[in-house]
Amino acid sequence: MNWESVSAFINMGGYGTYVWGSFGVTAACFAFELLALRARRRQIISALKAGD
Amino acid sequence: MSSIRWYKYSSPQTFYPLAGRLAPWFGVTAALVALYGLYISFFLAPTDFQQGEAYRIIFIHVPAAWLSMFLYLIMAAWAAIGLAWHTRLSSMMALAIAPTGAVMTFIALWTGALWGKPMWGAWWVWDARLTSELILLFLYLGFMFLHAAIDDPRRADRAAAVIAIVGAINVPIIYFSVKWWNTLHQGASVSLTKSPTMASTMLWGMLIMSVAFWLYSIAAVLTRVRSVILERERNADWVRQLGENA
Repeated sequence: MNWESVSAFINMGGYGTYVWGSFGVTAACFAFELLALRARRRQIISALKAGD
Repeated sequence: MSSIRWYKYSSPQTFYPLAGRLAPWFGVTAALVALYGLYISFFLAPTDFQQGEAYRIIFIHVPAAWLSMFLYLIMAAWAAIGLAWHTRLSSMMALAIAPTGAVMTFIALWTGALWGKPMWGAWWVWDARLTSELILLFLYLGFMFLHAAIDDPRRADRAAAVIAIVGAINVPIIYFSVKWWNTLHQGASVSLTKSPTMASTMLWGMLIMSVAFWLYSIAAVLTRVRSVILERERNADWVRQLGENA
C-alpha cells in the first residue's frame, strides 16, 4: 500500500492536479464518447421508426 | 476454419447482429480489466524515484498513445480495403474507428501536457514527437470532416480513404520520432528488441491498462458501426423491417 491517508492519496505527492487532471479528463472523454454513441443509436432508431 | 464462412460476415446485414452480440462483452471486460489496471496504477505500483507520483500518468498516457497509432493503422487498412474492393462494410468500419481514434489521440496529448508541465516545465513543446501526434489528431478530424462534407457516401468513402492512406506515413514518424530527432520526450520504455527499462509492476500496469483501452475501443467501434450500418443502409429492406419492429 502506497498511501498513509486519503488526503495523501488525493495529494499525489504534490502532483495531484496533474495526475487527477489526467485520469479525470480521460474518464470524462470515455463517458462523453459512450453518451454520444447512445445518442447516435437512439437518433437512427427513432428515424427508422418514423419511417423516413 | 473452412467450415466457418467468414465472408458471410462481410455483409452489413449479417455483421450488424454479430457486432450487437459482441460489443457488450468487450465493454464489460474492458471495465473489469480497467478496474484491475487502476488498482495496479495507484496501489501496487511503487513511487518513482525520479518523478515521484507524477509518473502515474504513464498508465493512461502510453496506452492512449499506442491505441491512437494502432487504431489509425487499422482505420487506414479498412479504408484501403474499401477503396480497392468496394466492400461497403470495410469503409463503414473505417468511419466507425475514426472518432475513437481521435479520442485516444486527444487523451495522449492531454495527459502528455499534464505530465510535461511538472517534468519539463512546459505544457507543450514543438518537438517531433508531440507535433506528429498533433498531426495525427488533425488526420483523424480531417478524415471525419471530409467524409461528412461529401453527400454521396460512396464518394465520401473514397475521398476519405485517400487521406487515411496518405496519413498512415505519419504513424511510423510518431513512433520513431524519439530516435530520429533530438526531443524532450523520453524514448520507448518498452520495445521488441530490448528488455523493458522500467520496474515490472509499472510495466504490468501499463500493459493491463492497454488491454483495457483495446477492449474499450473494440466495444465502442462495434457499437458505432451498428449505427453507421443503419444510417447508410436505411433504404434496405432488412433495415426497414428493423424499424417497423423496433
